[in-house]
Amino acid sequence: MASLGALSAANAPAAPVLAADEAPNPWFDPSYVTDNWDTIVGYLGQHVRLTVGAVLLGALIALPLALLARRTRFLAGPVLGLSSVVYTIPSLAMFAFLAPFTGPLSATTVLIGLTLYTLVILVRNFLAGLQAVPADVREAARGMGYGSMRLFLRVDLPLALPALMAGLRIATVSTVALVTVGVITGNGGLGQLIIGGLNSNFYRAEIVTGSVGCLLLALVADVLMAGLERLLTPWTRAAR
Amino acid sequence: MSAFGDAFVYLNDPFNWTRTGGILDLLVQHLRISALAVLLAAVLAVPTGVLLGRSGRGVGAVVVISNVSRAVPTLALLTVLAVTPLGFSETGTVLALAAFAVPPMLTNTYVGFREVDRDVREAARAMGMSRGQMLTRVEFPLALPLVATGVRTAAVQVVATAALAALVGGGGLGRIINLGFGQQDTGVILAGAVLVAALALLTELLLVLLSTAVTPGPRRWPLRPVRAPGAGEPEPTSSGVPL
Repeated sequence: MASLGALSAANAPAAPVLAADEAPNPWFDPSYVTDNWDTIVGYLGQHVRLTVGAVLLGALIALPLALLARRTRFLAGPVLGLSSVVYTIPSLAMFAFLAPFTGPLSATTVLIGLTLYTLVILVRNFLAGLQAVPADVREAARGMGYGSMRLFLRVDLPLALPALMAGLRIATVSTVALVTVGVITGNGGLGQLIIGGLNSNFYRAEIVTGSVGCLLLALVADVLMAGLERLLTPWTRAAR
Repeated sequence: MSAFGDAFVYLNDPFNWTRTGGILDLLVQHLRISALAVLLAAVLAVPTGVLLGRSGRGVGAVVVISNVSRAVPTLALLTVLAVTPLGFSETGTVLALAAFAVPPMLTNTYVGFREVDRDVREAARAMGMSRGQMLTRVEFPLALPLVATGVRTAAVQVVATAALAALVGGGGLGRIINLGFGQQDTGVILAGAVLVAALALLTELLLVLLSTAVTPGPRRWPLRPVRAPGAGEPEPTSSGVPL
């Protein structure tokens, strides 16, 4: 029987058998995660560092820009126009533009690129939030003798906070997804697992671990930001 | 910086454009993949958006789809589709890009049709219009600007993300960037960046002009200064629609 089987196999029209089909290639493998825990955590750490860095830097630059654009109306047009041009540039091209200056294999390239994108999202949302502060309220505060610093901290900031936090949430979640494109420079956080699995003979467990890790990280970041927003705006809950 | 010089030399060499697998071939491939993805997504998303928007139901689903899609890395979906039985084909790339083009089109179409004034609908019905006439002659023209915005946003995003296909063995202009990084050749990297960015910006410009031309009512050309600018008003894209 065995020889018959071998014969018929030899006579059968040769089906294309790829090396990738022969070894078991599961979609998810817990032993992959446990065996490579240190590597995964390392990439996760890089992912988080790049995201937090880009969002913080973006916020630090966006807030003064938004304040300036609100104060001087003729600046608002150019700031918004430029930001939508930057947003249209594909992420791969953005990293490629920066690579000759900051080094094709450096994490700085990724950080600056991501910061530019968060900056664009944040300037729009910050400006929208600040412009939505009622002029009457600001007028009243000024009439009560508030200086510009106190006006900003006690009136503008609390009233615009929901819009600011919404912008920060959108920026954080999209940055978590965008970090993966950093693989082009070798600094892609969990994206390294995605492309690493592709290059290791299409090892699905590694690819799926990286992809699911990105999704979970985005989810956790979103939930954390929502919690932070609740903590910062206690008055919205009291009103209900 | 010699990178600029190298990039100029690369782009100025006609052979780099016309040879097999050169810039022109990659451009055609890039545009073909993008067009197919946008078409597929539009066929799925626009009718669904019209149905949901007219009935006013499904807000939750639309919001969830548009939020979740933001968290999924395009690279992850491209890679996962490449290791399914679909393999490394243009089909996989088109499917992945179409999946990301659906949310902006769906959200904008939904909002466009939902925001049609109730009184206008009432008046149309009172004038004896059938449901079909109302759709084609009242609701569609009123919703068209937002539908066009959705298609434009999706199309520009598809053209931009199609470059990522090169990272997982696909084609398109992203190949030049990938090649440049592989060879650590800053000139080629910069040349690829210029090509990909220019294509995305040109697509945006072309579609803005096109959507202005097809929008009924008084023309408001995009590059003319507007008297009362809605500064700070975020564009109604999938990333910021006030639903």
